[in-house]
Amino acid sequence: MSDTWLILGASSAVARAFAREAASHGAALLLAGRDMEDLEHQAADLSIRYGVPARPMRFEARDLASHAGFVAECRQHAASGLLNVFLAFGVMPEQAEADADPAVAAGMVEANFTGAASVLGALGPVLEAQRGGTVVALGSVAGDRGRKRNFLYGATKAALLVYLQGYAARLSGAGVRVLCIKAGPVDTGMTWALPRLPFMASPRQFAAAAWRRAGRGGGSAYLPIIWWPVMTIIRLLPTPIFNKLNI
Amino acid sequence: MPDTLTAQAATRTTAWKQTALQGWGRSSLSPCLAARPERLRELRAALEAPEGRTLIAHGGGRSYGDAALNTDGAVVITGRLDRILGFDPATGELVAEPGVTFADLLEVFLPRGFVAPVSPGTSHVTLGGALANDVHGKNHHHAGSFGEHVLWFDLLLPDGRMQRVSPESDPALFQATVGGIGLTGLVAALCVRLMRVPSNALAVRRRRVRDLDDFLAGFAAAAGATWSVGWIDALAGGASLGRGVLETAEPAESGLEARPAKARRFPIDAPGWLLNGASVRAFNEVYWRRVPASGQQVTVPYRQFLYPLDAIEGWNRMYGRQGFRQFQCVVPPGPGEAALRQLLETVAAGGNASFLAVLKVMGPQGQGMLSFGMPGYSLALDIPARPGSEAIFARLERITRDAGGRIYLAKDSLLSAEGFAAMYPRADEFRAVREQVDPNRRLSSDMARRIGL
Ligand SMILES: Cc1cc2nc3c(=O)[nH]c(=O)nc-3n(C[C@H](O)[C@H](O)[C@H](O)COP(=O)(O)OP(=O)(O)OC[C@H]3O[C@@H](n4cnc5c(N)ncnc54)[C@H](O)[C@@H]3O)c2cc1C
Ligand SMILES: NC(=O)c1ccc[n+]([C@@H]2O[C@H](COP(=O)([O-])OP(=O)(O)OC[C@H]3O[C@@H](n4cnc5c(N)ncnc54)[C@H](OP(=O)(O)O)[C@@H]3O)[C@@H](O)[C@H]2O)c1
Repeated sequence: MSDTWLILGASSAVARAFAREAASHGAALLLAGRDMEDLEHQAADLSIRYGVPARPMRFEARDLASHAGFVAECRQHAASGLLNVFLAFGVMPEQAEADADPAVAAGMVEANFTGAASVLGALGPVLEAQRGGTVVALGSVAGDRGRKRNFLYGATKAALLVYLQGYAARLSGAGVRVLCIKAGPVDTGMTWALPRLPFMASPRQFAAAAWRRAGRGGGSAYLPIIWWPVMTIIRLLPTPIFNKLNI
Repeated sequence: MPDTLTAQAATRTTAWKQTALQGWGRSSLSPCLAARPERLRELRAALEAPEGRTLIAHGGGRSYGDAALNTDGAVVITGRLDRILGFDPATGELVAEPGVTFADLLEVFLPRGFVAPVSPGTSHVTLGGALANDVHGKNHHHAGSFGEHVLWFDLLLPDGRMQRVSPESDPALFQATVGGIGLTGLVAALCVRLMRVPSNALAVRRRRVRDLDDFLAGFAAAAGATWSVGWIDALAGGASLGRGVLETAEPAESGLEARPAKARRFPIDAPGWLLNGASVRAFNEVYWRRVPASGQQVTVPYRQFLYPLDAIEGWNRMYGRQGFRQFQCVVPPGPGEAALRQLLETVAAGGNASFLAVLKVMGPQGQGMLSFGMPGYSLALDIPARPGSEAIFARLERITRDAGGRIYLAKDSLLSAEGFAAMYPRADEFRAVREQVDPNRRLSSDMARRIGL
């Protein structure tokens, strides 16, 4: 009896690495996203490399009305074991772009938060009914404290974290584990064009660490671990000093 | 789904950033705009380089010189396109994206009894890079080069069309792209036939070789071997000129217990003085004496025989900040034998601390218009980039050219345009194909400009 990992936003570089990690441990994969050509390639890759079933599925986070049907489809295609969820979709337009164009700002909130809350909401009863399983969602260190550079993005990730806390509380009775990863910079398309970021992890290292951490249970966790002391200091900085920093 | 959402998802472009890249020899730093597509859609978008810049693909960055560099131009790094798309165990036919590496093939297919039919000396090479340099392995004398085993590839042409190219469908474009150093388009996928092997290990024989004549005789005697390679102590001169170790290998019938690869990392840029005549001489002496005078037979994993240098990640930092260059040529049998002697003497006389030099027997001429492989002997030497080393390269180029040989573009950073013209007789055929597929020269590289393509 093999478990299934549903990967939401499966074309993300982090998600791709996580899917390989899960497949290397024998899990079946449901690859949900928008770039169907890429998802077909990934499904082929996972099934050839690891000999597991992998299936592309169309998923649009901002199309809230589609989520109930999507979840029904997931149930239909999941393997016989537990269904687990890795939520990776998200966008990070520049703060200035979001400031200038309310549609960009709203689009980010919809994708990163509203869409996540909606699809997790629809998945809740499935997880509850199976009495087990793991949900891993990608938050960000940016959600710890609003910084000049990207506080709207940070706000969506902070909202996601709070949502996940309550979601975890609700599902804990059913034995479902919910983990919010507060991710530091990962070397993906999202960060490629940004100025050099500190403690950058490769998607592969990050995914391996995420897999190990998910095996240890729910809650929230900084990855890579170095962000725990760094963010502890940043959170404790007195506001007047923090506001002067150009971070 | 609302239309605006679909439109937004589909118009995703690829991000560019200003950066600086180096060849594996690290002898120069090349500023450029670089994109690193994560998937096919982004590769297509990357074809539209910003500011009308020219473009070149960059695979694993294992070419020593400037084949994958485009100073002040644009570079598309293809390593993230690493999906395996299809595999047929009945035929060994593999379909893969261009960023799949030889390390991936070893990890995924060796346990199933398949290896790459031709493999360069490091597993970090991508399949796209292997195609573009039509690379050869230690079995070139009978397996030919990489392109011989490629059934077709999908080429993203400079005008944005995607074309499936096979030797039958479009022989000219096929032959221009195999070995075409990335100048005909971006390879988006390729189909290559893997080779069946009975186990995960090789039976390797090593023997000490006294001098160059002994080497050539040894290679002749080993013509039936599946793999063969010679390691020469490039500092040994006089009567021991060309002394070294000859290795031959055959697939082992029974395997070894599989152990995961573990590479050590070369920690720092070594100081420039570290590699001097004395230290290299000492190393080479140890390397030679490691093999008992009576010879040696061992069973080793494929990785260890095919990719010995991969055991130390970042070994190229050993040559310090100034970096180094590699010289590799092939010279035909007959006149080539004297040329090998001259080449080795030139390097030894220059007191240039080349670590091991590698000698191989080469088989048939590759089918690519700019393929390196041709019958004869191939000699490869590392030379630290120091004042005066360029003059040595000029002499090595002269000797190679006079012997009717050619210099390998995958390793090169100094070959002259005249030298290139003399060594690559099908260059005009190549130019004609390029004129057809890329009349506006949207694809270009430092190498292309240097050698006058
Ligand atoms: C330690 C070591 C040992 C080696 N041993 C051998 C050997 O035994 N035999 C041998 O033949 N070579 C050998 N090489 C050289 C190496 O195999 C070649 O330089 C190879 O082409 C490198 O491939 P890459 O993926 O690193 O690509 P790069 O070096 O980044 O690029 C090589 C060329 O491929 C082109 N390219 C890359 N991807 C694409 C794509 N998707 N579409 C179109 N063009 C593309 C680039 O434009 C460039 O012209 C060795 C190199 C090293 C460092
Ligand atoms: N990279 C980092 O440094 C970093 C740091 C902290 C947190 N994170 C978080 O980690 C996650 C993955 O990031 P990444 O770096 O892997 O980025 P990425 O490669 O850009 O991936 C983001 C993915 O989200 C998908 N997506 C965006 N909007 C969507 C929507 N409306 N519906 C469905 N899918 C949508 C994208 O799909 P399309 O391909 O269809 O556009 C894309 O595949 C994100 O949530 C990000 O916020 C990343």
